[in-house]
Amino acid sequence: MRALKAILVASAMLPATYAGAADLEVTHWWTSGGEAAAVKELAKAFDATGNKWVDGAIAGSGGTARPIMISRITGGDPMGATQFNHGRQAEELAQSGLMRDLTAVAEKEKWKDIIKPSSLLDSCTIDGKIYCAPVNIHSWQWLWLSNAAFKKAGVAVPKNWDEFVAASPALEKAGIIPLAIGGQPWQSTGAFNVLMIAISGKDVFQKVFADKDAKVAAGPEIAKVFKAADDARRMSKGSNVQDWNQATNMVITAKAGGQIMGDWAQGEFALANQKAGVDYTCLPGLGVNEVISTDGDAFYFPLLKDEAKSKAQEVLASTIVSPAVQVAFNLKKGSLPIRGDIDLAAANDCMKKGLEILAKGNVVRSTNQMMSADSQKQLEDLFSEFFAKSSMTPDAAQKRFAEIIAAAD
Amino acid sequence: MSTRAEAPGPTHASQTHASPAKANPARSVARRPNQLFRNLNSKIASIPMILVAVCVFLGGTLWTVVYSFTNSKLLPRFSFVGLDQYYRLWDAPRWVISIQNLAIYGILSLIFSLAIGFLLAALMDQKIRFENTFRTIFLYPFALSFIVTGLVWQWILNPEYGVQSIVRSLGWADFTFDPLYDPSIVIYGVLIAGLWQGTGLVMCLMLAGLRGIDEDIWKASRVDGIPMWRTYLFIVIPMMRPVFITTLVIIASGIVKVYDLVVAQTSGGPGIASEVPAKYVYDYMFQAQNLGQGFAASTMMLLTVAIIVVPWAYLEFGGKKRG
Repeated sequence: MRALKAILVASAMLPATYAGAADLEVTHWWTSGGEAAAVKELAKAFDATGNKWVDGAIAGSGGTARPIMISRITGGDPMGATQFNHGRQAEELAQSGLMRDLTAVAEKEKWKDIIKPSSLLDSCTIDGKIYCAPVNIHSWQWLWLSNAAFKKAGVAVPKNWDEFVAASPALEKAGIIPLAIGGQPWQSTGAFNVLMIAISGKDVFQKVFADKDAKVAAGPEIAKVFKAADDARRMSKGSNVQDWNQATNMVITAKAGGQIMGDWAQGEFALANQKAGVDYTCLPGLGVNEVISTDGDAFYFPLLKDEAKSKAQEVLASTIVSPAVQVAFNLKKGSLPIRGDIDLAAANDCMKKGLEILAKGNVVRSTNQMMSADSQKQLEDLFSEFFAKSSMTPDAAQKRFAEIIAAAD
Repeated sequence: MSTRAEAPGPTHASQTHASPAKANPARSVARRPNQLFRNLNSKIASIPMILVAVCVFLGGTLWTVVYSFTNSKLLPRFSFVGLDQYYRLWDAPRWVISIQNLAIYGILSLIFSLAIGFLLAALMDQKIRFENTFRTIFLYPFALSFIVTGLVWQWILNPEYGVQSIVRSLGWADFTFDPLYDPSIVIYGVLIAGLWQGTGLVMCLMLAGLRGIDEDIWKASRVDGIPMWRTYLFIVIPMMRPVFITTLVIIASGIVKVYDLVVAQTSGGPGIASEVPAKYVYDYMFQAQNLGQGFAASTMMLLTVAIIVVPWAYLEFGGKKRG
């Protein structure tokens, strides 16, 4: 029903209602169960300020939603606020003056001091001005394992990637698909990037994606990563699902042994009443290299002519960053808060692990922050082909990987 | 579309040219009436259509082609990079696969929808009972959008719910039929859905063509003792040439722009095995935020359409005097 509503909103492109001066249409792609519960927290907090949150959920993940959002902004029908992954997705929109400058709000509320790690605010900053309000930190580097599946296969729950690979024949024998990977291109790409940080480490990851060093990308370190990706490809054979939450559901129901997915998967486990450590196990950095990336979501605010709405935009921006909302939202979403000065006592084991790594500063910038959408799309094409086509050798894939990195911007 | 809009041009012009000469032979040499103001009403009435055709179709096309030589990202930017976008396009494995898929899908769907469509129409033409009912049944899929068609066939071809599981439950436990999950044959899974949707329309067009054949031709061939299949093959089909050409153009233009069927049925997967050019254009224009690349790809698609439409327009309208 929610999906239907979302599609209706998206396809009819309803103009924002002009009835109340402070109605703000907010578009986002949070439509899975856990995500929708988190959005409700945001909406509740915003409604409490006397304004009204008009929900504009767009079903079908960011790849589907972003084009709709961007074409509305460039086409002169902007919404009140919109989700993007912080990074370079809205870079050109801000540069061409379509987005609202939030620097005044940020200075008044001292975002520079409270938002941790500071790279979050940096990626909202273009030419010295702040254009977005970060709402959460998501990290990709997690391996989710179903304890029940390993029990059924008669092997111990692995503690790192190598043990997981070693356990995969036993899982297969028990009729369980070792690794669930959904068919959408961003999922296989994400899984590869996670393998890369885990196996070749933070420095190589930075060199490849931040410095676009094609020599490293063609080198022996990355060759090891492609070898691991080859294992992952073999282990994921038969997981015929598309959406990430369907793949997570395979882990929840013990049809699959594990899934490499960001910490947003946690929301699904919570919704299914599963407990970290008892029903499922989480391994940050695949249990090899405990480094997490600072992916995540942020809200951007298109420049509007309406005075009252512009005011409401500022209210929403400060609502998002406020401590109470940060706690309520992130607990539901399974993500980490963007500020270090709040207490997440209710956090579960996995989130606590994440907070610890964050506190230690073992973080890398996400690919969204380092690569343009164009280069990322080329990588997605490569990895979705690699993971689907078992006849493609790791060497051939690495060669193309290096070519894309060499031409990347 | 534009060829069709322009097509009546010469005919119309020659008529207006001929009529004043006939009506006023004496004055025609001395003072030609201003051509511009002949039939003023109809000309004014057609101005909006001409404007739309010129600005939207022609203007938009030219704009796209020009910007395909720039490095525009999210927003159009006027800085030329020559043929770079085209080099990159033809270097991209995904584009090459898209073109291959389009060729396989296109050729097979042309052959099969024409063959099956004609066969169904010929069977329908045998003065059978319940013809209306059958015609409705065969045409019904055409009333569904490609999105619905794609979803329905995604379910039918899904190994866990569809054909495979039904056959397995009948006793053939090893039966495997999952085209949508096998990269090497996935495009045939899409083809099946496309044929199911489009063949009914071809049948109707063919049936209309068959009904247009004079009864006397049939009588004559029966008198000569020609078997029915030969009459169809060597007499009726050549007489139906215009119908075939129209059908061909309708199918071909549908093939080049195939997009929604693939999006609904496979979303280009598994991997990039069922990608099509139109999807490449959309993905690179809006997801990758690289307008230049998308424009280059759509220009290549325009070329494909031109290769199909221009010879047809030439055959239909060129070289032949009409009216």
